[in-house]
Amino acid sequence: MRDTATSNGLWRTALPPVLLGLIVVAIWQLAVTALEIKPFILPGPFAIGEQFSANLANVWAGMVVTGRNALIGLIVGAILGILAAIVSALLRVFDEMAAPIVAAIAVVPIVALAPVLYTMFGAAAETARQIVAGLAVFVPVYFNTLKGLRMVSPVHRDLMRSYAASSWQATKTVTLPTATPYVFTGLRIASSLAVISSLIAEYFGGPVGGLGKSITSAAASSNYGLAWAYVLGSILLGLLFYCAALGLEKLVTRRRSG
Amino acid sequence: MSVHTEGTPPARTPAAGMPTPAASASAAATAPTASVLPNRAPVIPAVEVTGVSRIFPGKKGATVTALDTVSMTVAPGEFVSLIGPSGCGKSTLMRLIADLDSPTTGSITVFGKPARQARIDQDYGIAFQQAGLLPWRTVAGNIELPLELHGVGKAARRSRVAELIELVGLSDFANHFPDQLSGGMQQRVAIARSLAESPSLLLMDEPFGALDEMTRERMQNELVRICGETGAAVVFVTHSIPEAVFLSDRVVVMSPRPGRIRDVLTVTLGDTGERGENLREEEQFFRAVSHVRELLHGDSTGGEASGGARGVDVR
Repeated sequence: MRDTATSNGLWRTALPPVLLGLIVVAIWQLAVTALEIKPFILPGPFAIGEQFSANLANVWAGMVVTGRNALIGLIVGAILGILAAIVSALLRVFDEMAAPIVAAIAVVPIVALAPVLYTMFGAAAETARQIVAGLAVFVPVYFNTLKGLRMVSPVHRDLMRSYAASSWQATKTVTLPTATPYVFTGLRIASSLAVISSLIAEYFGGPVGGLGKSITSAAASSNYGLAWAYVLGSILLGLLFYCAALGLEKLVTRRRSG
Repeated sequence: MSVHTEGTPPARTPAAGMPTPAASASAAATAPTASVLPNRAPVIPAVEVTGVSRIFPGKKGATVTALDTVSMTVAPGEFVSLIGPSGCGKSTLMRLIADLDSPTTGSITVFGKPARQARIDQDYGIAFQQAGLLPWRTVAGNIELPLELHGVGKAARRSRVAELIELVGLSDFANHFPDQLSGGMQQRVAIARSLAESPSLLLMDEPFGALDEMTRERMQNELVRICGETGAAVVFVTHSIPEAVFLSDRVVVMSPRPGRIRDVLTVTLGDTGERGENLREEEQFFRAVSHVRELLHGDSTGGEASGGARGVDVR
């Protein structure tokens, strides 16, 4: 009984988007064929699929390069964001000093830093892209973590005080666990940002091999189907990061719904 | 052992502990080390509140006097209820005893020590109106929290937790999470947690306030039994008259705006061990209930009420 219900539920959740996707692909292909749209404007989905499977190894290699940059940026940015948020939560002075700087980072289009960073770290290194991804990740992780750290309920704060707990003990036993769901919300947002920003950063220079570079070079050589195949690879990479973050979030916070 | 950065272990000097006692004459008199009181009874009271006022800053410079020169004593092992309408400062008073807040004037000692030192020394256990359990910890994990924070070893913790879970009758739920328990069960976990370090003083702020009447009475029976077993003094904040009468040795009746002690009623319903379900049906229980009700409503019955009062109120 229960199994049927669950699989029915899964069907009901999965079926509509899959159906919609298939319909969109069909209309797309139909429009491209019927209206004879030129491939440099929009190639049909089957052409893209063909290019994708023909260049699977290249697309995969691009995904690895860009994904690696995004992952390094994500990890470093998230760690720094969490640490900075903890310091801000503990020291009001630091929070007040950091607030305008973080706001500035949030406002600046971070990928715009890429050209500057390429000259700083050399155009042959991936460092600039990792830094761009890290900065993009830092902001949502910092803000969400800081918000979470301030969500401690008054009764828990009283309890910690009544136990004469040191501020580190209170942070470890109450504040951090309270903040955890918020941290993961930040990470989920940051996971997509990491991929997007490390990919866009490739447009501004640096070594070849990543998805961003591959998209521009394929488009430049009029290989539109291939360019779209790399775009497909980027979407898959973004989805992979997002789903990984979501899965981690579900795993860690499943006991907190009460 | 744990490190308390919050307070330097050597007790603060009394002078430092009372920044502004000069305003209150009674506070000034008791300010020199409350622990050395040669003229007092040899028994150090569990709680001694002397001329305590708490004034909260309000909007636009206005102030709210939550407590106005309140004095009271709780003997070791005694069960004292604070009862009064909302806004009478009963919770404020309990928070002051727990050193979760500081009095504006006056002094509070717990087992002869300033409230702050008593908190640092973990002389009391506390339970709030909300159970305040950590939702990411199991029942056992919640109960062992204070022990863990104070550096009790793992084996000792485990056996103590098993004892406490048994005491509150939740043995089958040790590995459940709070969101799997009913409100009454959560509150029992909170009470077990407050008892974890076998405190000689329990502070309880309407712990049964959110429970239905049936659960509430069962919890009261259990609390009476637990107090009988542990011999702890209790300061119990409530707004339920029957609850106060059923549980207490003495009921402190408070009046609001400003928060003052209106009267103190000694309830003589027998030892905690003898109290049971039947007590709620007895004549003297009803008499005490209506007595407290009269005191609460504070009409002209003040004269007859003073018969049951004990003169700890210095107004």
